[in-house]
Amino acid sequence: MDIAEIIVTLTGVALAGFVIWYFFFSARQTASAVSSSSGVQEVDITVKGGYSPDVIEVERGKPVQLSFYRDEENSCSEELLMPDFSIRRDLPAFKTTLVELLPQQAGTFTFTCGMGMLRGSLVVK
Amino acid sequence: MPLSMLMLWPALMQRINMQWLNYGLLVLTLPVLLYSGREFFTSAWNGFKHRAANMDTLIAVGTGAAFLYSLAATVAPDWFMRRGLMPEVYYDTTATIIALILLGKVLELRAKTQTSAAIKALMGLQAKTARVVRPGGQEVDVPIEQVQLGDLVVVRPGEKVATDGLIEEGHSAVDEAMLTGESLPVEKKTGDPVFGATLNKTGSFRFRVTKVGADTMLAQIVKLVEDAQGSRAPIQRLADKVSAIFVPTVVVIAILTFVLWFDLAPVEARLPLALVNFVAVLIIACPCALGLATPTAIMVSTGKGAEHGVLIRNAEALEKAYQVDTVLLDKTGTITRGEPAVTDFVPADGQPADQLLQVVAAVERQSEHPLAEAVVRYADAQQAPVISATGFQAIEGKGAKASVNGQAVLIGNARLLEEAGIMLPEAVRRQAEELLAQAKTVLYVAVNKQAVGLIGVADTVRETSAAAIKRLQAMGIEVVMMTGDNPQTAAQVAGQVGIKRFFAEVLPSGKAGKVKELQAEGRTVAMVGDGINDAPALAQADIGLAMGGGTDVAMEAAGITLMRSDLQGVVTAIDLSRQTIRTIKQNLFFAFIYNTLGIPIAAGLLYPFFGLLLSPMLAAGAMALSSVSVLTNSLRLRSFSPVKN
Repeated sequence: MDIAEIIVTLTGVALAGFVIWYFFFSARQTASAVSSSSGVQEVDITVKGGYSPDVIEVERGKPVQLSFYRDEENSCSEELLMPDFSIRRDLPAFKTTLVELLPQQAGTFTFTCGMGMLRGSLVVK
Repeated sequence: MPLSMLMLWPALMQRINMQWLNYGLLVLTLPVLLYSGREFFTSAWNGFKHRAANMDTLIAVGTGAAFLYSLAATVAPDWFMRRGLMPEVYYDTTATIIALILLGKVLELRAKTQTSAAIKALMGLQAKTARVVRPGGQEVDVPIEQVQLGDLVVVRPGEKVATDGLIEEGHSAVDEAMLTGESLPVEKKTGDPVFGATLNKTGSFRFRVTKVGADTMLAQIVKLVEDAQGSRAPIQRLADKVSAIFVPTVVVIAILTFVLWFDLAPVEARLPLALVNFVAVLIIACPCALGLATPTAIMVSTGKGAEHGVLIRNAEALEKAYQVDTVLLDKTGTITRGEPAVTDFVPADGQPADQLLQVVAAVERQSEHPLAEAVVRYADAQQAPVISATGFQAIEGKGAKASVNGQAVLIGNARLLEEAGIMLPEAVRRQAEELLAQAKTVLYVAVNKQAVGLIGVADTVRETSAAAIKRLQAMGIEVVMMTGDNPQTAAQVAGQVGIKRFFAEVLPSGKAGKVKELQAEGRTVAMVGDGINDAPALAQADIGLAMGGGTDVAMEAAGITLMRSDLQGVVTAIDLSRQTIRTIKQNLFFAFIYNTLGIPIAAGLLYPFFGLLLSPMLAAGAMALSSVSVLTNSLRLRSFSPVKN
């Protein structure tokens, strides 16, 4: 094994380790819902290559309003799925789409893009 | 294109100075990369910032690596040559990959639009205006949004019914195919409900608005289909799990491919080989095929179902319907019409049937009793002339009396005639006993204190029931009937429609128990019902199917709602579910096989055995085609048409 091979191997392994850590184990951006005067828990979410914030904490039994603003034209994020709530929405580019739901059970519910690549979670407490 | 052509023309390339050629290729590639391919890079970067990776990440890293390597070889060829490497460039690879993936995206978008065509067509059915009758009597066209509950709306022949309501005046035939899948127009008269978006055919009528906006039947159907399209089928769980980790995993595999090729290939070729295989792995992987496999089929199928009057609540219901091996039918309202109809009209000896029917109908027209309505329907169907009756009087629990053409007419049960002191002739009595033995309700008719005839009334079997049951049996499904009737009547109806197994004398509270009984035999049971007391059984069954005229409670408990009161809907629902799940399985199989074979081949697994390497350009072509193939397969469901006998 020459120097170049050693360097490539070490760099490759380090890079692979970084990819695994970065995409699977690094900390996510979490936000808690803000309750409006009418008792609706509101959260603004920006959609641009992903969801920010991508972990949303809400309380059980209170209505939730998620405002998705899609800040891109990329087709990957054009669809929003929340299968646990039977919700499928088209998110028009550069517009806000409101999604309303009433979480009755505590737990973590995933929301994704149409193909399940972009992911976020609704944590109901 | 010029890039690829140039690379395929070695003779020409030999005549051109390599360095100048590389600069030329660089100039040609830059617009492809920076303009056409820009969205891949911005999307990948945006995703990276959110710790998300998608298909664009793979394309961006793959083409980016090929381009950067080529750029280095163009700008600093000496650096490569000093290390014994040919300064090869991969501009054609970069540009061709971007072109093919973009082409794939266009095809995918076109196909994806078609998956939601049915629901868009449903939404487009909504009428735009309504002709409202103002209090002064003038008719005004108003936008549909301004129509309010209680408004009186006029519908002329050939016009669309604006919204839901009850007919107050006039009669017509209305085409309700868009909501129920029923191909024949439905007769509508005063008091009948009409639904928005249906098409008025022959007559003109006025109706009072009872529902507007989101409460209308059309809006409810659209909502149900939309909800179903947002649901996830259990069959997709594995694909979902794989999708969640797919792209980062492929990136790791690509990095390891690079390292292995660099470490194991001959020194002079290791860098280009490592690069080409690295790019091929990234490009061939297709997360889209996995992601599209189930939802596209569900989209097409739920829309198609709605087109045929089968409303599927969610993808899980569709999957359950696919597994069904036993269909349990609640007799009343499913196999039979669920409303009484005249089965026998028996005049006593010497009585002219047509005149007697006129007289009977004249009395019954004044009554609101369901049995009287059945007699009137029968008389109308026989086109008996309408004459009037006077002095109508309903006698509770027994029948009715009135005067027709000066004759005193009595219609009711045996007790009514008994109490009036009217004796039944022996022949009439015998015929009545025969009808009673067939579990029919008997109405006795007396004119001027003489028994002159009998009317047998029973719930009748729908014409389509036997054929639909036969079809279900041909599909390998056992059809079981349950009813509150006694075993003899149950056996008679079962025999009439070809059912071999039935439960008789089942109380409404025992229906769910019968479902459990069948489930305990290891069966996957579909329950078909229409009434409020069917709700527990519908919920207990593996899949509940609520019939058209059914109650809201029944529909709430059902996974599938049949808009039409016809067992053919059950056949359609199960057939559609079978075709859909088959399509999903094909899609998932293809997506998994494509990726599990494609990635190792792109990584160079075949090279040690056959000396075969996959060109990244071929990988791009395969990738673009894979998601289009899955979509095309799902779109085949658009040609679904229900099997009929």
